[in-house]
Amino acid sequence: MKTHTIHRVLSVLVVLTTVVLWQGCKPKAPGSVTTGDAASLAYVPPGKYDEFYNVVSGGFNGQMSIYGLPSGRLFRIIPVFSQFPENGWGYSEETKPMLNTSHGFVPWDDLHHISLSVTKGEHDGRWAFGNANNTPRVARIDMKTFKTVEILELPNSGGNHSSPFITENSEYIVAGTRFSVPVGENTDVPISTFKENFKGYISFISIDPSHGEMKIAFQLKTPGISFDLARAGKGPSHGWFFFSTYNTEQAYTLLEVNASQKDKDFIMAVNWKKAEEYIKAGKGTKSKAKYAHNVWDESTHTGVSTIMDEVLQLDPAELKDIIYFIPCPKSPHGCDTDPTGEYIVGSGKLAALIPVFSFTKIQAAIANKDFEGEFAGIPVIKYEAALHGEVKKPGLGPLHTEFDNKGNAYTSFFVSSEIVKWNVKTLEILDRVPTYYSIGHLSVPGGPTTKPHGKYVVAYNKITKDRYLPTGPELTQSAQLYDISGDKMKLILDFPTTGEPHYAESIPAEMIMPNSVKIYKIEDNNHPYVSKGEGMTKVERKGKEVHVSMTAIRSHLTPDNIEGVKLGDEVFFHVTNLEQDWDVPHGFAVKGANNAEILVMPGETSTLRWKPLSTGIFPFYCTDFCSALHQEMQGYIRVSPAGSNVPLKFSTGKIEDQASGAGQ
Amino acid sequence: MKYLIGIILSCVIFSCAPDKPVGDTKESEANKSAVEAITDPTKGIGAIKNVTMNTPLDQDRIKRGVDVYNMKCQACHTLDEKRVVGPGWKDITKRRKPEWIMNMILNVDVMLEQDEEAQKLLELCLMRMPNQNLSIGDARDILEYMRQNDGEK
Repeated sequence: MKTHTIHRVLSVLVVLTTVVLWQGCKPKAPGSVTTGDAASLAYVPPGKYDEFYNVVSGGFNGQMSIYGLPSGRLFRIIPVFSQFPENGWGYSEETKPMLNTSHGFVPWDDLHHISLSVTKGEHDGRWAFGNANNTPRVARIDMKTFKTVEILELPNSGGNHSSPFITENSEYIVAGTRFSVPVGENTDVPISTFKENFKGYISFISIDPSHGEMKIAFQLKTPGISFDLARAGKGPSHGWFFFSTYNTEQAYTLLEVNASQKDKDFIMAVNWKKAEEYIKAGKGTKSKAKYAHNVWDESTHTGVSTIMDEVLQLDPAELKDIIYFIPCPKSPHGCDTDPTGEYIVGSGKLAALIPVFSFTKIQAAIANKDFEGEFAGIPVIKYEAALHGEVKKPGLGPLHTEFDNKGNAYTSFFVSSEIVKWNVKTLEILDRVPTYYSIGHLSVPGGPTTKPHGKYVVAYNKITKDRYLPTGPELTQSAQLYDISGDKMKLILDFPTTGEPHYAESIPAEMIMPNSVKIYKIEDNNHPYVSKGEGMTKVERKGKEVHVSMTAIRSHLTPDNIEGVKLGDEVFFHVTNLEQDWDVPHGFAVKGANNAEILVMPGETSTLRWKPLSTGIFPFYCTDFCSALHQEMQGYIRVSPAGSNVPLKFSTGKIEDQASGAGQ
Repeated sequence: MKYLIGIILSCVIFSCAPDKPVGDTKESEANKSAVEAITDPTKGIGAIKNVTMNTPLDQDRIKRGVDVYNMKCQACHTLDEKRVVGPGWKDITKRRKPEWIMNMILNVDVMLEQDEEAQKLLELCLMRMPNQNLSIGDARDILEYMRQNDGEK
């Protein structure tokens, strides 16, 4: 009896302790960190529109996503650098050239950062740019069609991380390499010759002001270090660009340790107006380089890839007044200029403070030659001479800083998992809120512009752990929305994201919505295989190629009976969507295709290539539910043996006499 | 049980059917004449209130009408009386007022919501006629082509 009681008491104690311990480890439930009106602040009623378009990088999915703020609803994934079987991007004949590179067809990449086009430092709602981190490229997305319309490869780059940040009037976007690499004719060198042979390059990509086309205007040959992030100057600092750097130790192995030796790395200040002057004065040298430039033609609905063969380069070690280094504590990551253009915030990943530099002081230091020495032939400005001040003890692991329209900065802290609000001028810490968990980038609508829209800050978190229903070892990433309209930041929404978002931007809906394209005019379609009406549909043989010019309209495909294809043929289905109404795409898929489907927008022509591997009858159908009779939108294609004499023929709605008599 | 399912089903069907005006016929007739004084329901709903038709037919219009037909209409409408996706066009100009035809082409979404005749066609074809993004000029060209198709000179 006694032992029983003891046992009972003990087990109750164990249970109680376990509960207490378990609860102690549990993160605060959302209820304990959000305020009572949080739901109403983020609630967008059914049928109502969001206030902002949120353009979000997809990270390792290689795409961009469009969310609404404040609701956090996902509207669309825009395929950019990765194939997207869902709509045929990178699978259709027209889109394959968009993923061409000097390495051939590259079907995937890692998209980290977004830049929205600006005029006079403010959002203009024309284009979004994204970077490819792995096979160095930049892409331009047209904000009228939400489609990737251009991809430019970057030569002499090892990984395009420090990109695609943009200048005040969208004159340039930049592309700085994360990996220095050997360049030139012979790149087959020992890795241990890093200091001698490896170079970093920064590309300045000009943007045509009327149609947006990108071109590498010039490259700066910089020392062999790693470029991380960057921001253009604005207002008084317009004409300058600031890049964070790491691995100024020039390590080539175990960077985790070997690139963290020095107390300070650099912010690199680039006077790009000066670089332009040198280019004008003929100081640039043309250098051989192989890279792809892929442009989407909206009139033919087709991408065209051109391989380029040279770039213009400037050597700042010789042209002394283009580049200056500013020491910045401990492997700076974020390098952000405030809306006035006077302050540059460096965020050392391993630093316990945030240095804020002053553009005025940098200029004075350059004028007075207030240098502490040189690094690889480039002058290094004295830290104190450039410094406006330091934010003391802000948190652990500062990464990125965004700004509101009231003179405040918001810095993300990965290690201490929080956002800290501070005043840019006084450097005083005003507020801090936890994030769940381990925030990377953060984004204030208009945060990188001269005129932030303010109102919200979104945290993009790397780890979600126990925040959502578990889905096995691989979990979603998350975003958290904070209301910043008052003195204190308020968490109002927590939503899972697709891919792995890094940076994002937000723009007021009214700047995008009225321009959104609804259809492509069929009259303007200049695709070589367009069928402007069912009367133009046909099936043609060109040697071993069979070209089917097909139309789709609710609810039939024309032709829907095709015969005369032979084994060994390649069939190209050129599908024109004859609809001229908004939101009526048709899809197309054929059985056994070693390919994806295609989604064809109203007025567009798109091509699916299919190489049948056996004889027989192959069904095809519309894959996008289009009408009550969508299920009936289907057809057959017959494949006969290589030597057969089945004639090429095609039809829709034609009932033939049953030759065999079966079924009569 | 079977009856119950039947009742539920018929309710569902009822609730899916387009709204019809309620009230007894006499009242509707009276209302109709009052409304008719303002608008003619047989002309449909939309921007087209009055179409002037001339003879002989305008051959340039017909040529353009054929082009538009081939590109945007032919996939669903034959020129004879056979219904494919939508009704065949034979004698359409004898069945419908020219204004109704043009409003149906140009303002199809509103017509399908509000015009009784258009709704009858939807029930018959079970396929909402798409808005093919035609201009008023395009629609007038189509009308001229329809007149020719119906034997006018």
